[in-house]
Order: sequence, then structure tokens, then C-alpha cells
Amino acid sequence: MDPMESKRLRIALAGNANVGKSVVFNQLTGLHQHIGNWPGKTVEKAEGTLSFGGYLIDIVDLPGIYSLSTFSIEELISREYIAVERPDVVVNVVDASSLERNLFFTIQLMELEVKMVVALNQMDVAERKGIRIDVERLMGLLGVPVIPTVATKNLGLHQLMAKVLEVAEGGRAPRPLSFGREVEKRIEALSEALEGLETPYPKRWMAIKLLEGDEEAERMVYGKSPGLRDLAERMRREIEEIHGHDAPSVIASERYSLASRIASEASTQVTPRRGLAERFDMATVHPISGYAIMIAVVLAVFYGIFTFGDWMAGLLEEGFGMLKAAYDALFSGSLASLFWDGVVEGLIAGVTIALPYIVPFYIALSILEDSGYLARIAYLADSAMHRIGLHGKGFIPLILGFGCNVPACLGCRIMETERERLICAFTATLIPCAARSVVIMGLVARYLGFEWAAALYIMDIILIFALGRIAFKVVPGEPLGLIMEMPPYRWPTLTVTAKKAWFRLRDFIYIAFPLMVLGNLAITAGDRVGLLSPVEGLLRPITVDWLGLPPASGIILIFGILRKELALILLASMLGTSDFSRFLTPAQMMVFSFVVMLYVPCIATMAVLVREFGVKRAAIISIAEITLAIALGGILFRALALLGIG
Amino acid sequence: MHSESLEEYLEAIYSFNERGRRARTKELAERLRVSPPSVTQMVRELADMGLVEYEPYRGVTLTGKGMALAQRVVRRHRLLERLLHDFLGLRKDRVHEEACKMEHGLSDEAAMAICRALNKPETCPDDEKPIPPCPLNVSDCSECGEAREGGQKLVTQLSNLRPGERGCVAFIRGGGRACQRLLDMGLTPGTTIQVMNAAPFRGPMEISVRGTTIALGRGLAARIFVEVEGQRPTGPPHPHGPHHAR
Repeated sequence: MDPMESKRLRIALAGNANVGKSVVFNQLTGLHQHIGNWPGKTVEKAEGTLSFGGYLIDIVDLPGIYSLSTFSIEELISREYIAVERPDVVVNVVDASSLERNLFFTIQLMELEVKMVVALNQMDVAERKGIRIDVERLMGLLGVPVIPTVATKNLGLHQLMAKVLEVAEGGRAPRPLSFGREVEKRIEALSEALEGLETPYPKRWMAIKLLEGDEEAERMVYGKSPGLRDLAERMRREIEEIHGHDAPSVIASERYSLASRIASEASTQVTPRRGLAERFDMATVHPISGYAIMIAVVLAVFYGIFTFGDWMAGLLEEGFGMLKAAYDALFSGSLASLFWDGVVEGLIAGVTIALPYIVPFYIALSILEDSGYLARIAYLADSAMHRIGLHGKGFIPLILGFGCNVPACLGCRIMETERERLICAFTATLIPCAARSVVIMGLVARYLGFEWAAALYIMDIILIFALGRIAFKVVPGEPLGLIMEMPPYRWPTLTVTAKKAWFRLRDFIYIAFPLMVLGNLAITAGDRVGLLSPVEGLLRPITVDWLGLPPASGIILIFGILRKELALILLASMLGTSDFSRFLTPAQMMVFSFVVMLYVPCIATMAVLVREFGVKRAAIISIAEITLAIALGGILFRALALLGIG
Repeated sequence: MHSESLEEYLEAIYSFNERGRRARTKELAERLRVSPPSVTQMVRELADMGLVEYEPYRGVTLTGKGMALAQRVVRRHRLLERLLHDFLGLRKDRVHEEACKMEHGLSDEAAMAICRALNKPETCPDDEKPIPPCPLNVSDCSECGEAREGGQKLVTQLSNLRPGERGCVAFIRGGGRACQRLLDMGLTPGTTIQVMNAAPFRGPMEISVRGTTIALGRGLAARIFVEVEGQRPTGPPHPHGPHHAR
């Protein structure tokens, strides 16, 4: 066996959000990383490799979390990964400038009894805040190796990895820190009772989780030995009687009092300064200036993206036009044209969405995220979002939806629970994206006037609110309010932002491109073999009788699934003119745009929905939206007729 | 200041604040049937005691501490209204005046007992206004008897604190995942938190806890009960004056 092969290590990065964990990950792995999903979960899994000290080290970047409870999928995934997959070493990235909060998580990691090293990151930020940390003392108090780092400047990471190897080769898992005597005694009693019960977790950890009333732990234990429930309940009651608070509060208090004691013993606070960043912070959450800044930022981002996008799309169109001319000159025959229409057109469709609109979107999103401003937007939008049953963070995917629904659906990951993600994604697919805006603007605004286009947008927003509320009622689960750390402002680092944007883009290409090509191919092939006119006939009762549209619209709506802005171009080619007012009545224009706006997420969006929520839910969302668009479109047609608009 | 008139003022200010607006001195004068200058004087005194924020020409807002005291008396008042109406069969238009007279004499313990006996009523009978929430650290009414004997801390919901005010977490109502999350973020009983900012339109609050800043939805903030800092400005309201407190 090759000796190089045996020297492999697996380490996991764990820590709170906003501590520079992904910067550590990026510095360590460079471009040797892969971003995918945790199996069966809609949580991003970043993996990478590093070759160091004769080892090939696989690094997994666990999601940024604050605890190891069952509040979010991220927390569940993290604790399962550590306990079940048992990485050789867990590197706990800790924000030196906010030691107490971070140590709360460190203490929980220690409870999992795995080998670990603490990376005391953002030492520079701590210094600026006037916090001095005695690293030796901290190490002594925790009983875990601590290495100070400044990941953004690549400081201390070499030492960190050297320590990781040392711990992997000869270190031991830390001893969990003890709680107060009354609580500790009951944990002991319960862990003794757990003896002999096979779970991936340490006994003490399991006992603590049972006292906390952790659903997962209860399922694991009570399923096998239901008799333990009585004991756990009794211990809980005793703790509650002694402390006068419920057991989860008591245990969280115990952990925090440990964290607080260690933090205060190991660090000293010198005069904190009120810097420019704090004053800027005050302005961006101020009831008046905060909203003004938010509107300005959002508009600027949109304006920037659409200006760039239009320019870029124009360039690309020209480029592809030339390419097509060259292709036609070189190849001829029906097979060549089938290849172009079926395969190349699909690729072109992907590129003309991705390059001009999605790339700048991702870059802007990364900058907003890394600077800390995204959290302020969520804060300001919270009360409006509550009206559709979501909290402030949901505003971000909705905003993205105006650009393209694909990043919007991916952006729903920032919500904590599956329920919130689903509601958010559903509402986001109802947002008219850039492509749908092209139809509304090109048809309704151009021929009927801007006020009619505005009316369509208003109808859409009303629908979003109404459907959001219905989804909020229908989707099972406990609704959650906003709980979010407000990270201090900082300058985004170019490499981290660029890498994040690139990895997200790669993700998009993997999902959307194959589907766009395949879908395009299917429809082109269908057209060639003459399948489309029977379809047109089949759809007649809906398109002509119910919606009052010309018969050709059936095919156009099917093509629109690929790319909605194509609907307009197709309409022009089918009617043989781009002066739509000669063939379409004002009511038909309204109804057509309305149906295009709502009827079904485009194929790329559906692909994302499938990936994020599974086939069943994606199908439910798509079918619900088709039904809705057709039903309401017909009603709109009749309402317009009643108003005397024919 | 006489505790009874203090309570009347807090109650009157509360009735405006609960509708989301400041109480103007003129409106307070009308409501309390006293002259505007004496209202102004009294409001200044309340501001000195840290119970209200008074902005001349704009109006009066209760501070966290003022809110805690006001909720206590409004709760007694509205529970009494319920008792008079539901149990004793008084007419709706009569209960307010009766309750006004009785509320100052009622002990906290008796108020809790009324609440329990009437099975936790949520609104008052005459104008359907919400009864301020139970200030005891209980998960449901079966724990009421024991908890009320332990006496009542001066608590109010975090959502009632004004920017800049501090409070100390007493307990979180409702349990569940959100509660666990709040604990994980460091809002454990006994922790001091400061409100940094509150977004308009009942938006979230920005709070500072354990050296970090957290945004909390207003609904969640309303589940967190905090002890408002400082001692009560007056002794517990007793009808028989100070000699009773021996």
C-alpha cells in the first residue's frame, strides 16, 4: 500500500456565524473545494482538501451556528456529523472579539468529547475593540489547545494546522467542563442510567439533551428504553424546583456562566472606542435614515445590475448572432439546424441569463452579506415580511426574485427551517423576474400605458401577500420570529467575495444548464415532428375559450416555460409582426401578460425547487401556480370585459 | 406622590400608549379631570422618577419601569371588570367606574386569584381591550397558586422597553424552539440586556446582550419578561397607607 495514501486526515470547521470561519476555510483549501449539499438536506456543504505536513487533509466547513440544539437543520447536521462521522479533529473557530458568546458554543463542542483545537480568530478586531486575551490562560481554563489567528491576513493558520496534526496524532478529547453541583449530580444519575444504550453520542451529552427536552435525543433514547422517560422527567422537575426556572433555561444558564467566567478571566477590556463603523451602524438602522439608505442601496443594486445586464445581454446577442451566421455559412441541412435550435440555443439561453444578470447578482449579494449590511436589511424589513408570515430575512430572497427566481430560491437557505424556506421559495417564484418584466413592459406598458403595467405589478403584490398568508396557514410547523445576530460592519475581502460568487455561479450552471438544453431540445424536436399543433388544439379550451387569447398562445406559453422573455419574441414571430396592437386587443394583452407573470416558474427555477424541496413539493408549487394563473386569468378577462375593455 | 394618583396617571398614559401613540397632556387632563398645568407638573415628576419620557408638545410615553407598574394596575382593573361583569352580572357600562375604585385596594395575590378563577380572561368586557399578560414565571395556570405566593416581581415584556433602557431577563414565556434559540443566544434568566434600537411599525428590536448585538422580532421580544432596573419608586400600593407595611 502506498504510505502516502494512509496519511489522510479529516477535520471539521465549526463555529458561530460571522466569525470568519469561511475565510479560514478558503485560506486553507484555496480553490481545492467543492460546494454541494448535505445528503437530502438543503444546506450547503463545503468540502476541500489541503496537503500539509505529509498529510492529505479533508476539510469540511460546517454551517455557522450558535448552538447544538435542534433549532435549525444546520445545528442538527453539525452535531450528527461530529458524532457520527467522527472527524479526526474539530477546529472550533472562535471570534476573539466576542468571546463569551463563542465560548458558549465551544463548551457544547467539548461536550461531544471529540479531539479539538480552538482557532482564536479575528484577533485584530478584538484588539481594535480594546479586548486583550491571555491565550495561555484561556487554554488552561478550557483544557483545549488555542491558537490565535487572523484568517483574513493568513496569520496563525500554519501554527493552527501544526497543532491540528499534533492533536490528531497524540492528543486526547477534552474533558467537558462541569456545571453546578445540583445539575451535575442529576446529569450523572441520568448518564449512569443510559449505560448500555447504544447511541453515537457520549452518555453525558445524551443526558444533558434529555434534561433539555431535545426531541431528537428523546426519540433516540425513549424509542429503545421508554422506562428512562420517568427518570429524566423526575430529574428535570428537581432541577426546576431548585432553580425556579425550566430545565432548558437552567442548562443554558450553566453553560453561559461557565463561558462568562472563562471569558472574563482570560480577557481584559481596555477602553472601547466608538468608531465610525458604530456611527454608520446607528444611521443604517435609524427609523428614517435607515429606510432611506436601504431603499437607496436596493435601488442602486438593481439599477446597477440591470444596466450592466442589458448592456452585457446586448453584447452577447450580437456575439451569438455573428456565431449563428458563421455556423449557418459552414453547416446546412436540417440536422445542423436541429442541432443549433435544439442544443446551442439552450446553451445560449443559459449564458444570456447567467452572465449578464446572475453573476452581478451573486457578486452584489456576496458584498452585501460579507459587509454585514444584509442583516440590517432583514432588520428593517421584518415588520413588512410578517404580513406574509415570514420574518425579515425572507425579504432578501424576495428582492433577488425581481432579478431571477433561481438565485431567489437558492437564497431561501438563509431561513432557519424547512417550513420558512418553503414558504419563502413559493412567494419568491411569484415575483416577476427580469424576464417577466420584459413581457409586461414590452406589451402592456408599451401599448396600454405604464399605469396598466403598474396595475399588473400591484395585482401581483396583492397575490403574493394573499398566497403567502395561505401558505403560512397551510404549511405545517411552528412559525418563527426573527432572531439574528447583527454582525459589526466590515470591509468584504475581495478573494472571499469573488470565490463565494464563483462557487454559487458554478452551482447555478450545474442545475440550470442541462435542463435548459434538454427542455429546449424536447420542444424543438416536438416542433419538428409536428407535435405542437395538436397541442395547440388541445389547449384551445383553455387559451381561447377561457382566457380569450389567440390560439397560437398555447404554444407560446409552453415555450415560455424555458425562458419567459421568449414569450414576447415568439408571439412576434407567430403573429408575423411586432406591432402587437394590430392582432391583440388591450384585454388580450393584459390577460397574456398576467398569465405569463404567474403561470409557472421557468424550467431553471423548477429545477432549483426540485433540488431544494424535492419533486413533490416542486410539482405542487408549479401546479398551484398554473391553476392559479389560468383561473385568475379567465376571471381577469371577464372582469375587463365587464369594465368595457375588450 | 400619593400612590393612588400615581396609579391613575400611569393607567391613563397606558391607555394612550397601548394604542401606539403618545399621551398628550391635554388629553390626560381631560381624562383625569384635572387642570392641564397640574398634569404637566405631575408628568415632570413621573419623568424624574424614571417612569415616563416626556417630550413637551409631543406627549408622554411610559418607560419600561413605568410600563411594568402601569401593566400591574391595568391588569387589576381589567380583571376586576371581568369579575364584576361575568361573575356578578353588572352591566357593561357600570363596570369601569366600579373597577376604578376597587383597583387600588386589590393585592397582587388577589388579582392572580381572580385571573385563575375566571380561567385566564384575555380582554376586558366593556371595550374588549387586552388584559396585560400574567407576570408570573409559570408555564400554565396549574402552577399559578404556588407561584403567586412567592410574590410578584416588577416585570414587563422586553418589547415595552424604550431604546437605551436596560432590563434583566426574568423568564421567557411559551417554551418551544424559539425559546431554546433565545437561550442559546445568551438570553438566560438573570442576564442584563439593553435595548439599542426599535424599528418602527412594530418591527424588530436591536438589543445588546453579552457583548453582541442581536435583532429580535417584536413578537419574540413580547415573550421575554424582564425585570426593569431600579427599585420601585413607591412602596407596594396599599390602601391603608404606610402603617400597613410594618
